[in-house]
Amino acid sequence: MDEPVMFAAPLGLCGIVYVLADGFDLGVGILSLAAPREVERLAMIEGLEPIWDGNETWLVMGAALLWAAFPAAFAVLLSAFYLPVMAMLFALILRGVAIAFRGNAERFRRAWDVVFGAGSVLAALAQGMILGGLINGVSVHDGRFAGSATDVLSVLGLLCGVGLMGGYALLGAGWLIWRSEGTTRTFAREGGHAALIVTTAMLVVVSLWTALVDPRIAERWFGWPTILWLAPVPMLAMLASAATWFSLWGESRVRPLLLGVVIFLCGFAGLAVSLWPYAIPHSVTIWQAASDPQSLRFIGFGLIIVLPVVLAYQANAYWVFRRSAQTTPEGYES
Amino acid sequence: MDALILSRLQFAATIGFHILWPTFSIGTAAFVAFLSFRWWRTGNPVFRDLMRFWSRLFGLSFAMGVVTGLVLSYEMGTNWAGFSQSTGRVLGPLFAYEVLVAFFLEAGFIGIVLFGEGRISRGAHLIACCIVAFGTLLSAALVLAANSWMQTPGGVVRDADGIFHVTDWLAVILTPSYPYRVMHMLGASFLTVSFLVAGVSAIQLLREPGQAAARKAFSLALWAALILAPLQIVLGDMHGLNTRQYQPTKLAAMEGLWESGRGVPATLFAWPDMDAERNRFAVEIPRLGSLYLTHSWNGEVRGLRAVPREDRPYVPIVFFAFRIMAGIGILLLTVAITGAILRLRGRLFASRRFQWLTIAVSPLGFVAVIAGWTVTEAGRQPWVVYGLLRTADAVSPVPSAAVATSLLLFLLLYAALLVVFIGFATRLILRGVATSRTTDLDRRSEAHG
Repeated sequence: MDEPVMFAAPLGLCGIVYVLADGFDLGVGILSLAAPREVERLAMIEGLEPIWDGNETWLVMGAALLWAAFPAAFAVLLSAFYLPVMAMLFALILRGVAIAFRGNAERFRRAWDVVFGAGSVLAALAQGMILGGLINGVSVHDGRFAGSATDVLSVLGLLCGVGLMGGYALLGAGWLIWRSEGTTRTFAREGGHAALIVTTAMLVVVSLWTALVDPRIAERWFGWPTILWLAPVPMLAMLASAATWFSLWGESRVRPLLLGVVIFLCGFAGLAVSLWPYAIPHSVTIWQAASDPQSLRFIGFGLIIVLPVVLAYQANAYWVFRRSAQTTPEGYES
Repeated sequence: MDALILSRLQFAATIGFHILWPTFSIGTAAFVAFLSFRWWRTGNPVFRDLMRFWSRLFGLSFAMGVVTGLVLSYEMGTNWAGFSQSTGRVLGPLFAYEVLVAFFLEAGFIGIVLFGEGRISRGAHLIACCIVAFGTLLSAALVLAANSWMQTPGGVVRDADGIFHVTDWLAVILTPSYPYRVMHMLGASFLTVSFLVAGVSAIQLLREPGQAAARKAFSLALWAALILAPLQIVLGDMHGLNTRQYQPTKLAAMEGLWESGRGVPATLFAWPDMDAERNRFAVEIPRLGSLYLTHSWNGEVRGLRAVPREDRPYVPIVFFAFRIMAGIGILLLTVAITGAILRLRGRLFASRRFQWLTIAVSPLGFVAVIAGWTVTEAGRQPWVVYGLLRTADAVSPVPSAAVATSLLLFLLLYAALLVVFIGFATRLILRGVATSRTTDLDRRSEAHG
C-alpha cells in the first residue's frame, strides 16, 4: 500500500474517535436542553467535567494531521468552509467554558446550562454543514478554493446537521444510560427514543441523497457486483437502529451506547465508500493532495509509537472516573 | 479593509488572547505540582489548601487555553490557506506532534488533577500533577519550535510553486532562534505566575494578615521572583543578541535605529517616522546601544535603511512594544529586590505598602508577554516565514465581510470571557485559600467519602 492511503487511515481514525468521543459529549449537551430539572442537568455536566477536553483534543489532532498529511486539502477545505468552521469554533468555545465555569458557578446556573446546551446544538449543526459541504464537493482552481463562502450552506448540510444532532443525542443518551443513575438515567432512556427516530430518518435521507446526487457514486453503490459487498453496510445500520430501539429500556447498561457506535461506524463506512478516493471531494484525490514522503514518515513514526499510549491513558482517565461522584469508594485518606 | 488586514487583526486578537492562558497554565501547573509534592512529603495541610486553590484557577485557565487554542489550529486553514499550503509539510508534522505528545498528555491527566482527589492516592495525584506540568512544557517546546522556524527558517528547500520541502528535520526543529525563544518564554511564564501568586496572596494577607497559606505562598512567590526576574533579563539579552545576528531588521525596529553604524546610541524614547526614515523627539544615550546590543562600545549594528522600504516592519509598534516589555521587566526586578530587602529586615509580611505594590504589579507579567510577542511577530513582518514567504501571499481567498464578521464576534466573545474569568477568579481569591476547601469537590468527597 502506498503512503497517502496509509495516512488516510489514521486521519479517518481521528475523525471516528472524535465523532464518537465528542459526539456523546455534545449529545449530553443537546439532551440537557430538554432536561426538566437542575438536578439532572448538574449530573449530566458533572459527568463530562473530567473528560471533555480530552475528547475535544481529537478535533485538534484531526486538524493537525490533515495539515501534515494532506496540506492542499487542509488549505482548500478550511477556506471553503470558513463560515461553518467559525460557527463550530464559537460553539465549542461557549460550551467548553460553560462546562468549566458551571461547576464553579453560584449564580446564573440556568444561563450556563443554556450556553452549554445551545453551544452543543450549534456545534452539531455546524459540523453537519461541513459534512454536507464535503458530500456536495468543493470547486478548486489552480490549487486554491474557487467557489464562494456561501457554497457550503446547503439543504443537504442542514439535513446532515439535524442528523448529527440526533446521532450525538443518541450517543449522549447511551452514555447517560451507562454512567448515570436514577432520574437522569430515566430521562436518557426517554430522550434516546426521540434521538433514534431523528438519527435513522436523517441517515436514510442523507444516504439516498449522497448515493443519487452523483451518478458515479450511484454506480458504486448499486452497480453489480459491488452491491453485493456494500449492501451489508446500510443493512447493518438498519439492524442496529432496530436493536437500539429495544435496548433503550433493556437490562444492559452499555448496549444502547455500543449500538449507537455501530450506527455511526456504518455511517462512516458509507461516507468513505461515497467519497473515496478524494481528499477534496470530486476535485483532488488523496494522492494529489498528499504531503512529501519524508513528512509522512516523520509523523507516521510518532503515530505508531504514541497513539496506542494516548488511547491507553485516555482509557485510564475513563476508568478513574468510571463511577459518578455519588458512589466514590471509601478508604481515601484526606 | 481587505481580507488580509482583517485576517491579520483576527489572528493577532485570537493568538494574543490565547497566549494569556498558556502563560498562566505553564507556570501554575509547575506550582501546583510543587505544592502537591510538598503536601505528599510533609502532610502539611497548608500545601493541600494551596494546591486545591491554585488547581481550581489552573483548571479554569486550562479550559480557556483549550478552546482558544482550538481556534488557532483551524485559523491556519480558514484564514491562511496560502501559508498552510506552503508550509504544511514542515509545520503540519510539528503541530501533529504537539497534539500527539503534549495536548493528549495534558488532557488525559488534567481531569485526574482537578477531580481525582478522593479517587486515587496522594502519590498518584502527585504523579498526575507532574505529568500535566511536563505536558505544558512539552507543548510550549513544540509550538515554539514551529514559531522559531517561521522566524529563522532552516532545513528546507522551496520549490517553484513556493512549497517548502523538508531536507533535514533536526535543522527544522533546532533553528538558531529556538533555544533562546523557549527559554525566554518559559522564563516569562514562570515570572508572570510568580508575581500573580504574590499579588493574589497579598490580597489575602491584606484581608487576613495572619493567614498561614497566604504567607507561605507570598514568601515562595517572592523567592521565585528574586531568582527569575534577573534571569529573565539575562535570557532576554541573549535572545536579543541572537535576533541581531539572524533578524537584524527586527532588531533595528526594536531600537528605532535607521542608520547602520558603530557605537550607536540607545534610544530611550522617540517617535519613529517611517516616511522620513528618522526618529522624532528622540531621547538618546550615546554608545549605550552598541554596548547592550553587541556587548562592546564599538559594536556594529545594522539599521533599517539597510533593507528596502517594502522589507521593513511597521516600526512604531515594534519599537513601543519592546519598551513596554523591557520597562515591565525592570520594574518587576525592582519589586523583587525590594521584597528581598524587606525580607532581610524581617518586614516582608508587615509592610502593607509592599503588599499593595505587589497587587498593583501582579498583572504586568501578562502585559509584558503580549508586548514581547508583539515585538517578535510584528517585527518579523512583512514576512510570515522570515525572508521567504510574505504575509500578503499567505492569506485565504475568503471574502472580507466573512472575516470582518468573525473578527467582531471574536472580539465580543473574548471580551466577555475575560470579564467572566476575572469575575470568577476574583470571587475565588476573595473567598481565600483555606475556605476554598468548601468546594464542589469537597462537598462531594465529604458527603460520601
